[in-house]
Amino acid sequence: MSGRTLLDRIWESHCVSQEPGAPALLYIDLHLVHEVTSPQAFSVLRDRGLQVRRPERTVATVDHSIPTDPGGVSSAEPMAAEQIRTLERNSRDFGITLYGDGDARRGIVHIIGPELGLTHPGMTIVCGDSHTATHGAFGALAFGIGTTEVGHVLATQCLLQRKPHTYEVRIDGRLANGVTAKDVILKLLSTIGVSGGTGSVFEYTGSTIRSMTMEERMTICNMSIEGGARAGMIAPDDVTFEYLAGRPAAPQGTDFADAVSRWRELKTDADARYDASVSLNAADIEPMITYGTNPGMGMPITASVPDPVRFREESQRRSFDQALGYMGLSPGQPLLGHKVDVVFIGSCTNSRISDLRLAARVMRGRKVPAGLRVLVVPGSHGVKRAAEAEGLDTVFQNAGAEWREPGCSMCIAMNGDRLEQGQYAVSTSNRNFEGRQGPGARTFLASPLTAAAAAVTGAITDVRTLTLHD
Amino acid sequence: MNPFTVVTSRAVSLPLDDIDTDQIIPARFLTATTREGMGSHLFADLRKRVGFPLNAPEARGTAILVAGNNFGCGSSREHASWALMGSGFRAVVSSSFADIFRSNAMKNGILPVAIGAGTLARLHRTIGEAPDTAITVDLERQTISWPGGSEEFTIDAFAKQCLLHGVDELGYLLRHEGVITLYEAHRARGGAS
Repeated sequence: MSGRTLLDRIWESHCVSQEPGAPALLYIDLHLVHEVTSPQAFSVLRDRGLQVRRPERTVATVDHSIPTDPGGVSSAEPMAAEQIRTLERNSRDFGITLYGDGDARRGIVHIIGPELGLTHPGMTIVCGDSHTATHGAFGALAFGIGTTEVGHVLATQCLLQRKPHTYEVRIDGRLANGVTAKDVILKLLSTIGVSGGTGSVFEYTGSTIRSMTMEERMTICNMSIEGGARAGMIAPDDVTFEYLAGRPAAPQGTDFADAVSRWRELKTDADARYDASVSLNAADIEPMITYGTNPGMGMPITASVPDPVRFREESQRRSFDQALGYMGLSPGQPLLGHKVDVVFIGSCTNSRISDLRLAARVMRGRKVPAGLRVLVVPGSHGVKRAAEAEGLDTVFQNAGAEWREPGCSMCIAMNGDRLEQGQYAVSTSNRNFEGRQGPGARTFLASPLTAAAAAVTGAITDVRTLTLHD
Repeated sequence: MNPFTVVTSRAVSLPLDDIDTDQIIPARFLTATTREGMGSHLFADLRKRVGFPLNAPEARGTAILVAGNNFGCGSSREHASWALMGSGFRAVVSSSFADIFRSNAMKNGILPVAIGAGTLARLHRTIGEAPDTAITVDLERQTISWPGGSEEFTIDAFAKQCLLHGVDELGYLLRHEGVITLYEAHRARGGAS
């Protein structure tokens, strides 16, 4: 018998029951809740007279709808304000901890889970949000669910699930200068496409992953869903344990040492088999940028927009033509030097302190050109305070960028932060779908380094041509 | 949840791959706190385009959407399923579905019908040439058929029973209260975590 994978271990320890022919009842350790995908789930609980089974395993925050100006909910549009108030009511009525408007711990749900130490190795974690995959960086099984399932977890702390397939993504070698975790995941997506991982959970392995910080690992796992995989995971190691030590919701004292000895068991055996695998050589990866309207349409920043003749299927060609038409680009066109209107540095992919430090290394002492709008949106109040303690806010503001309050902001454009029709943005977020950053908005996804390079030049720029500050 | 047994209808052909849930319902419509009214926002931005298939007169009243590969990728928003349902769609046909969309759809009485890429291409051509073609999706027999073609499709056996009988999973989960309590007690005693 072959060995067990990390997924096997977490799955087996959380399987409450498994009736023949039915999906498993999977126990959920941590349920993260936000304002957009929860109201209808709480309504079901009210209609059916149900309580939240484990309020202590449920944590709520507001991130998607909340404005990123200092007014918070008071400056929100009426429907967004009502949605935020609804979560406040639901949290109060059902006894759930809410890091709401005005709370010093508030932030994007996938930023604050790790930051507060709520995310632990070996956990099952869900949220009505597809970027829940982020938490897999700690060796947790973490995935996004729909609102009906949010209701299931609120009421029963369980989900009905079929076990996904396993898919090893192995990355070995050293990343070159100017190449970040974001470029690695964009490279993977351009290799396997946006449906390559459907039905699977990615497990990221290899020396490149092992040498990454937790924040870099989170950037990678975050975009697993853009490859079709509901979850991405990385076996925990000393980097993981060091990150967690001392965080408010992490085990404390001797409990932490006990937890670490359990967490060390969370790995894939050498003789275990994955259902699929792909490997990348880190040294081959260049700074990446997307040219199309899904995150799989990416290329090295020095490359030219590909030619659709490479697609065999007519529907693929049609989708590709539509994408280039929407983006206003042509096959064979290089993107270097392409003018942009807005730069967005933020989102659950790239709004942690290390992302802001990268951007500051490019922007320090440089100026945002006239007519360009640059938003820097920290992922949480914790990130914001840390950045301000280092003076990063001054770096961004001196350059001419906007330093805003935490939230999802222009990644999803439902809080008032959005592009105008036809505008181009370089964005550190995770989706370049049509209309994602506003109706008619056109998005180039890239790393914080590449976004910052665009912020100080007004155009798509290879960050390797700029001098970086320490 | 409305049961799904057999649906016969004309279909709308939307032959694009990787239609994401941001296209199905843009995020600016997600500040609602109820499920109602989402149907009017279905494909809100794409509908502004001249020639978008859902704007055609023959698209009115159809219950089947035939799309390209990898339908419903991206965001987990169940609003995408509510918008499809609210516009009268009961089945979506593709060669593959994104995992979260598939799960959400079935919980709302919408059947994801996954067929081979070749059959899907033929079906698009058929609808393009004869928009009045009646297409039948039979869940019990797991078949999709139309004059000139048919194919079997696979579906999770448990989800099939839920759809056929219009049963939601919450009742099933609540009936397992006893084993969930036992599991929690086992964990509290230091059992596997």
